[in-house]
Amino acid sequence: MIPAEFSYVRPSTVDEAVAALSGAGEDAKVLAGGQSLMPLLRLRLALPEVLVDLDRVDEMREIRDEGDNVFIGAMATHYNVIRDPLVPALVAKTTATVADPAVRHRGTFGGSLAHADPAGDLPAVMLALDATMVARSPRGSRDIPAADFFVDYLTSALEPDELLVGVRVPKLGDDWGFHYEKFHRTAQSWAVVGVAAAVQRSNGTVGAARIGLTNMGPYPIRASAVESAASGGPASADAFRSAAEAAAEATDPPSDLNGSADYRRHLARVLTARALTAAATV
Amino acid sequence: MTTAPEIGSSRKRSEDARLITGKTQWTDNIQLPGMCYVAFLRSPHAHARITNIDVSPAKGRTGVIAAFAGQDFADEQGALPCAWPVTEDMVHPDYLPLAINEVRFVGEPVAIVVARDRYAAADALEAIEVDYEPLPPVLDMEEALKEGADLVHGDKGTNKTYTWVFEQGDNEAAWRDAPVVIERRYIQQRLIPSAMEPRAVVVAPVGDEYTMWSATQVPHILRTVLSVITAIPEQKIRVIAPDVGGGFGSKIGVTAEEVVLMLAARRLGRPLKWTESRSEGNLTVHHGRDQIQDIAIAADRDGKLRGLRVKLLADMGAYLRLVGPGVPLLGAFMYNAIYKMDALSFTCSGVFTNKTPTDAYRGAGRPEATYAIERLMDELAVELNLDPIEVRRRNWIKHEEFPYTTIAGLTYDSGNYEAATEKALQAFEYDKLRAEQADRRERGDPVQLGIGISTYTEMCGIAPSRVLGQLNFGGGGWEHASVRMLATGKVEAVIGTSPHGQGHDTTMAQIIADKLGVPWEDVKVLHGDTATSHKGLDTYGSRSLAIGGVAVVNACDKVLEKAKRAAAHLMEASEQDIEFANGAFSVRGVAESSLPIQDVAFAVNLAHNLPDGMEPSLDSDATFDPENFSYPHGTHLCAVDVDTETGFVKIRKYVAVDDVGKVINPLIVDGQVHGGLAQGIAQALYEEGVYDADGNLTTTTLADYLVPSAPDLPTFHTDRTETPATTNPLGVKGVGEAGTIASTPAVVGAVVDALRPLGINDVRMPCTPERVWQAIKDARGGAS
Ligand SMILES: Cc1cc2nc3c(=O)[nH]c(=O)nc-3n(C[C@H](O)[C@H](O)[C@H](O)COP(=O)(O)OP(=O)(O)OC[C@H]3O[C@@H](n4cnc5c(N)ncnc54)[C@H](O)[C@@H]3O)c2cc1C
Repeated sequence: MIPAEFSYVRPSTVDEAVAALSGAGEDAKVLAGGQSLMPLLRLRLALPEVLVDLDRVDEMREIRDEGDNVFIGAMATHYNVIRDPLVPALVAKTTATVADPAVRHRGTFGGSLAHADPAGDLPAVMLALDATMVARSPRGSRDIPAADFFVDYLTSALEPDELLVGVRVPKLGDDWGFHYEKFHRTAQSWAVVGVAAAVQRSNGTVGAARIGLTNMGPYPIRASAVESAASGGPASADAFRSAAEAAAEATDPPSDLNGSADYRRHLARVLTARALTAAATV
Repeated sequence: MTTAPEIGSSRKRSEDARLITGKTQWTDNIQLPGMCYVAFLRSPHAHARITNIDVSPAKGRTGVIAAFAGQDFADEQGALPCAWPVTEDMVHPDYLPLAINEVRFVGEPVAIVVARDRYAAADALEAIEVDYEPLPPVLDMEEALKEGADLVHGDKGTNKTYTWVFEQGDNEAAWRDAPVVIERRYIQQRLIPSAMEPRAVVVAPVGDEYTMWSATQVPHILRTVLSVITAIPEQKIRVIAPDVGGGFGSKIGVTAEEVVLMLAARRLGRPLKWTESRSEGNLTVHHGRDQIQDIAIAADRDGKLRGLRVKLLADMGAYLRLVGPGVPLLGAFMYNAIYKMDALSFTCSGVFTNKTPTDAYRGAGRPEATYAIERLMDELAVELNLDPIEVRRRNWIKHEEFPYTTIAGLTYDSGNYEAATEKALQAFEYDKLRAEQADRRERGDPVQLGIGISTYTEMCGIAPSRVLGQLNFGGGGWEHASVRMLATGKVEAVIGTSPHGQGHDTTMAQIIADKLGVPWEDVKVLHGDTATSHKGLDTYGSRSLAIGGVAVVNACDKVLEKAKRAAAHLMEASEQDIEFANGAFSVRGVAESSLPIQDVAFAVNLAHNLPDGMEPSLDSDATFDPENFSYPHGTHLCAVDVDTETGFVKIRKYVAVDDVGKVINPLIVDGQVHGGLAQGIAQALYEEGVYDADGNLTTTTLADYLVPSAPDLPTFHTDRTETPATTNPLGVKGVGEAGTIASTPAVVGAVVDALRPLGINDVRMPCTPERVWQAIKDARGGAS
C-alpha cells in the first residue's frame, strides 16, 4: 500500500482521542480497524492529513450490560462481537456474515457504522433494532438514534471532530426471533442486498416485525410497508411472501457490477420473505 | 535393498515449508544497496493523442532521482515483441514500452519516476504534466470490423490484425443435406489472470552487465528478448526468476515494465525496483479469453457428427503480445475434441480494440474450444432427445482405435474415454441424480437441479519444435536438463523450466531418485536463473513434465551410461556384464559384487582410476524435443442447484476423472486439478473483466473482479484413469491446464440443464445470479 503522506497520532484514552481529533482540524480521520479506510488510502481516494489511530484506546473495546440495553464499544472487533454472549443475537449473527476471518479480526463494530457504507451489513441491523449511537466531541456526549445516523452514501451524522464511542442496542424479549438474509456472490464479497429481520411471535401470529434493508439505497432503510403488512398477520411463509411484496417500496437501489436496480428490487422482495420466515421460525 | 519407487508417491512438496512460512524470495523481497524505486504514470484514457508531456516538475519533488517520458527512450526502447506472426500479412503495429504520441488503452504507461523510496515515486507521479486529446475508443469487436469504424491504429487502416483459416476434410459434403444442423454463438468473456504475487522487477547494473530479477515464467525467453530490444549482448544479461507466486500465463510476456526498468537502470547506473499494485496489475497484466465464437455442427439423426464450423473473433486488445495472436490457433485443433467427424472448418480473425492486450491464460485456446464443442454436444443431445453421455459415446474415438489421427490432423497417441466416463458416472451417481432432477422438475421445486458434462481432451506439452515452426511461432519447443552427481554422491539437477507454484523441486527429484536409485532427499533441483540454467524454454502449456521431465530422464540416462562404464572399469568386469538396480552396480552372476552409484560418483570425481579418455565428472546435459503433443483427457461431471427465485447457482457435486497418463506425484496432480477447477469454475460463474462505455476497466480491485475462494467451491471428487502416453518414456501427459479446460463447460452446461425445461439454452458467462434470473424472467415472458 502506498498512500499519500499523513501524520499519525495514537492516543490511549477517549479523552486523548477526542482532543487529538479536534486538534487536528478538518482533514483528520479516525483509524479504527483500517479495513475500509486503508483501501481508500491505497487508492488515494482519501487523503487525510492526520490519522488518529484508536487501536490503543482499550476502553472503547468494552461490551457491557446496561439493563435494557447492551452497550457495544466502537472498537470491539467483529470477532469480539461474534463471540461475546452479551451481544444481541441479530447483531452477532449478522456480524458473522461480514467478510472473512482476517477482516473480522481487525475490522471494528464502530468503524462499520461510522463508515456508513450502504453495502455494509451492520447499519441495517442498527436501524431495525432502533439502536442509539453515542458520540463524543469537545462539546460533550451526544446520542444519535440509528434512524438519524446514516445520512447519505458513506456519510454519517458524525461531525468531523466527533468520535463514535459505542452503541446502545436495546434488548428484545424472548418472544423475538431474528435473521439476517445476506445475498452475495462469493463468500467474501459484500451484500448485493441484505435483509435484517426481527419478528415478535405470539401463538402463530406476528406481534411486531422490524426490517432493515442493506444496499437498497445510499443508506439503509426500514421496510416499513412490509412491517405493517406483516404485523398482526399469521406467521406463515405465505403471509410473509405477500407482505414482502412491498419490500422495494421507497427504496432507491444502485445499479452496479453486482446487480441492476431492478434485480435488487426483486431480491429485496424474495429475501425479505425468507428473512421473515427464518426469523419467525425458532 | 529395494526401496519403494518415488514415482507414484504422494510426496509433500519440498518447497512448501519455506513458501508457507514466508521464507521466500519473491522479487519484491530483494533489497540492494542504493536501490531506487520506479513508479509508472499510466494513461487514464482508452484512446488519446498525447499533445504534450512534461516530466520536469516531478524531478523537483523530494526524493526523486529522475523522471522519463517515452521520448527520453525513443532511440533505445524498440518495441515489445510478438513472437507469433500467425499469417504472412498479419497487421503488427509497434508496441512501445512507453507510449510517445498516442495511448491506446487505460493503463498504458507514458512516463516513469525514479525515486529513493516507493512513496516519493508514487507522490511525484501527480507532478507530471500530460495533455491528452481524446480519440474515440474502439471497444466492440464486431463494430471494429465494420466499414468506416474508428481505428485503434489509424495508420493501419483496419482493426483486423489477421484472418487465419484452417479447412480439413470435405466440408461441402459434410454440410450438404445434413439432417441436423445446430448453430450457436458463445461469448468467452475477458478474464484477468489473478496470480497471488503481483508482478515485480529488480534490475541491478554492474558495469556493463545487468542482472534482472523478475516475477516471470520465462527467464530464458526474457533474457533473449531483452538483449534483442536493448542491444545489450545476451551474455551480459542474467535473468533470475526467484520464487514466483503464480502465473497462469500472465507472466509469460516480455513486458513494458521489464524493458523500461532495464533502460532506466542503464541510464542511471543504479539498481531499480518496481512492484505493481493489484489495481495496476488488473489494468496491465495481459488479459485472457475474450472471444466471440460462432459455432455450428452438422450431424446425422443418429447423432453421428459430420462436420464442424467455427468462426471466431478474438480480441487482441490494443497491441499484439508475445503469443497473443496464436492463442486461438491453439484451440483450432481442439474443436473436434474427442469426436470423430469428416470435416472441420475454422476461421479466426484477430481484432484490435482499445483495451488491455490479451495473451495466453491457463489453457490458452483449448478452454474456449472445449467449452464450445461440449456445449454444442449438449444441444445435439437435446435436439435428438438423447442422453448427453450417449451422444458423446456415439462420436468419441474408441479406446481400441488409438493411435487415432483426428480431422484436425493431430495424432492422439492414447486414451480411454470409455473408462474415464464409466468411472466418473459411478462416482457421480449419475442415474440417481437424473432421477432426482426429474422429480424436482415435476414438483416445480424453486431450486432446480442441473447436470453438466465435459468429456474433454486437450493438447499439452507445448510443443514439438517442428510443429511450432510450421505454425510460424518464433521459438522452439524443446527442453533441457542437466544432472550431476557430486563427489559425496548427492545429486544436483538443473532444469530449463521453472516453477511458479507447480512443485518442480519435488517431482523432478522423484524422477531422478528413481532413475539413479538415490534417496529423494539427496536431489536438489536448480532452476530459474540463466547463470545456472544455461538453456531452456521455460514454463507454459503444461510442458514442464511432459517435455522437461523427459529431458531429466534423458540426462539421467546419460549419467547412468557413464557410471556404468566407470563401474565396469572399477569392478574389472566387462560392461556387458554390469547390471544396475536400486542405486548400485553389480556384475552379473557374481553374488557379492555391488558398487553403489555414490561410490562411482566419488571415484569418477577423484579421477585416480578411470577408463582411458573418460572425463572426470559424473554429469550430463540433455534435451528433449517431443515428436507430438500429449493429450490428457477425462470426464468431468457437475451438479448444480439453481435457485430460480434469486438466480443463485451453487455447485453441489463435482466429479473429475482425469487421465493425465503416468502420475509422478498424485498429491501434486490433485493440487493442479483443484486449482484448475477453481479457475474454470471462476470463468463459468464469477470472473469478468468489464469495461465501461469510455473504455475504463471497472474491475480493477478484487472487490469488483470476483475471484472465488474455498468457501465458494464444493468438495471436489477427483479420481484418475491412467493410460500412459506412448510418445515419451515417462508416459506422462501434463496436468497444469486440464482442470481449467474441462470445468467451464461442465458448470455452465449444468446451469443450462437446470433451466432447460423453461426453454433456456444459454446463459452468458459468467452465469451471475442476475444473468440467470434475467434468463428465467425472459423465458417466462417477463415475469420473475
Ligand atoms: C475484503 C473485505 C470484505 C469486507 N466485507 C464486508 C462485508 O461483507 N460486510 C460489511 O459490513 N463489511 C465488510 N467489510 C468492511 C469491514 O467490516 C470493515 O471492518 C468496516 O467497514 C470498517 O471498520 P474498520 O474498523 O476497519 O474501520 P476503518 O476502516 O478504520 O474506518 C472506516 C471509516 O470509519 C471512520 N471511523 C472508524 N471508527 C470510528 C469511530 N470510532 N468514530 C468515528 N469515525 C470512525 C474512519 O475514520 C473511516 O472513515 C469488508 C472489508 C474488507 C477489507
